[in-house]
Amino acid sequence: MVAVEVKDLVKDYGELKAVKGINFNIEKGEIFGLIGPNGAGKTTTLRILSTLLTLTAGSVKIMDFDLEKKPEEVRKIISYLPEDAGAYKNLTGKAYLEFIANFFDSAKNRKIVASGIKIADLDERINSKVETYSKGMKRRLLVGRALMTDPKLAILDEPTSGLDVVNAQEIRNIVKKTARDGTTVLLSSHNMLEVEYMCDRIALIEKGLIVEEGKPSDLMKKYNANNIEEVFTKVVK
Amino acid sequence: MSALGNIIFKELKELMTPTTFLPIIIIAILFGTMGNTIGGIEEELQEPPTIALINLDEGSFSNIASNIFNQTSNVTFYSESIADKQNAINILKDKEGQALLIINQNFSEDIESGKTGLFEIYWIVQGGGILDSVSSSVVETLISTVNTNITRELIAKDNSSINATIALNPTSRNETTFFKGKEFTGISPGQIASVYSMQSIFIPIVMMMIIMMAGQIVISSMALEKENKTLETLLTLPVKRTSIVAGKIIAAAIIGLILAFIYMIGMGNYLASFQFQDVASSSVSVDLSLSGPDMLLIGVVVFVSLVAALAFCMLLGTMAKNFKSAQTLTFPVAVLVLIPMFVTMFKDFDTLPLALKAILFGIPFSHPMMAPRALLFDDYLMVFAGIIYVSIFAVIMIAIVVWVFKTDKIITGTTSFKWMKRFKK
Repeated sequence: MVAVEVKDLVKDYGELKAVKGINFNIEKGEIFGLIGPNGAGKTTTLRILSTLLTLTAGSVKIMDFDLEKKPEEVRKIISYLPEDAGAYKNLTGKAYLEFIANFFDSAKNRKIVASGIKIADLDERINSKVETYSKGMKRRLLVGRALMTDPKLAILDEPTSGLDVVNAQEIRNIVKKTARDGTTVLLSSHNMLEVEYMCDRIALIEKGLIVEEGKPSDLMKKYNANNIEEVFTKVVK
Repeated sequence: MSALGNIIFKELKELMTPTTFLPIIIIAILFGTMGNTIGGIEEELQEPPTIALINLDEGSFSNIASNIFNQTSNVTFYSESIADKQNAINILKDKEGQALLIINQNFSEDIESGKTGLFEIYWIVQGGGILDSVSSSVVETLISTVNTNITRELIAKDNSSINATIALNPTSRNETTFFKGKEFTGISPGQIASVYSMQSIFIPIVMMMIIMMAGQIVISSMALEKENKTLETLLTLPVKRTSIVAGKIIAAAIIGLILAFIYMIGMGNYLASFQFQDVASSSVSVDLSLSGPDMLLIGVVVFVSLVAALAFCMLLGTMAKNFKSAQTLTFPVAVLVLIPMFVTMFKDFDTLPLALKAILFGIPFSHPMMAPRALLFDDYLMVFAGIIYVSIFAVIMIAIVVWVFKTDKIITGTTSFKWMKRFKK
């Protein structure tokens, strides 16, 4: 079943054409990676799919909801983790998760918060103010926030950005587990090795266009490369 | 270019922005406008006052008084019959005169017999601002000149039997003040100004504080959402944009009102310590109180104005990139609050030139400052027109803010307001 359907998506910022007509589908429960250099159009695409930006042309369907016509319905089933997201500094980690959970089904409120606390795995520090958290702790809290609501689609922009190896590894495992439990994941990353490890399929985006798409193993075979980094270099050249 | 020149050039380039100059330019314009107003008052002080005179006495002292009034004032009406009193008052009101002076029947005889000569004074006061009482003080100066001349005459006559107290203060007065359609018997313009100064100073300052405090909260809140990168998350949650906007406005309004209440307690005690001394020590009382429905109307004006102010601040806040830029964005709010605050402190709306009236009415934050005065004198048209205007302003502002929240502008920071972009730089 197709969870996300992107057709001829175009996004212009005035005269700047950030996305120039891209197409891709994501199957339900799949981890789909969007990779590319800075300014390629990854974040713009993710922001459109998370209803933050309007599209200039084309169409996007998420779980059969038309993004342009039903953005409020889409917001109920997605979760977006921006690359440099923050949390309210004066709240404790737990209070922040409760604040977010209050926007969802009140009957499942406690369950949602408990799930967030479990994913964040901050032990007693969950009761400390966010301003006292390290970068890794903050990111874990935000990943917990993004995944605790069991979204149908999790949109994760550079989920391990700025994290050390151990924290990054833990978050990758959390994301993989979430996908196994039925959540569709769309993520972007600069880290091609991470993408290769996590994603079922990937799309290489360059200057607002998708230049290649497929399973990492198939792409490596097609370009006779040892890893996705090599694939990317060969495609871009 | 030398290293020093290079640094100077770079610093100048960074500092020479509209943000640096605009506040000073606006403050200069404000001071210029205030200077013109004060200049106008100086002219008012130098101009002879417009009075009406009814002289019921034919004695020498009334002649002295009558001559001084005629020489130093613009006597727009003169009579020797008390029957013309109402006519004189009507003419004065039409011509925006300052006072009707009635020299009492036995004025000269009383002074000669060791009593004070009586003036009946009917003051016509146009406005309740601090500077509106200036015109009545010009007439006071004339009466003082009359007293001095009568004293001189008494001493020149070498009337040793005259009471020294009477010689120094040969006249007394019964005063009635007409102010905004109301008649205050036994009250002088100074006493009204004393009561009114509470309205003139206290209310504009409190309103300024409420709007500034709550406005800054809203702008900072938006800026912090952007700086802390929490806004993007908030906007992808299943919550209506109108709820986000309303939530921020209501929370800021509550905090603003609490802060203003705390401020009012201190400020109220401070002002009460000296504002009412004059009235308290006098034997007369001025009935300038507001009824329950009037207080309710003031509440409505304050509420709609606060909502309008916060919606305006929210719009400014959507343009803030970070906390630092939010500080700059509070400047337009400060200007729009300070203008009505100063104007309403010094002048009454009714006594302003038409252009300034239009500006004051157009600034939505003026209305809570003007409403209490208007209600004291039953000017309901002004209050209701204000409520309707400010409500429309608030609705338009909220609609614009919600629209901004629904567009890319809230995320990308690009706005159609090119002047604001230049301002932010």
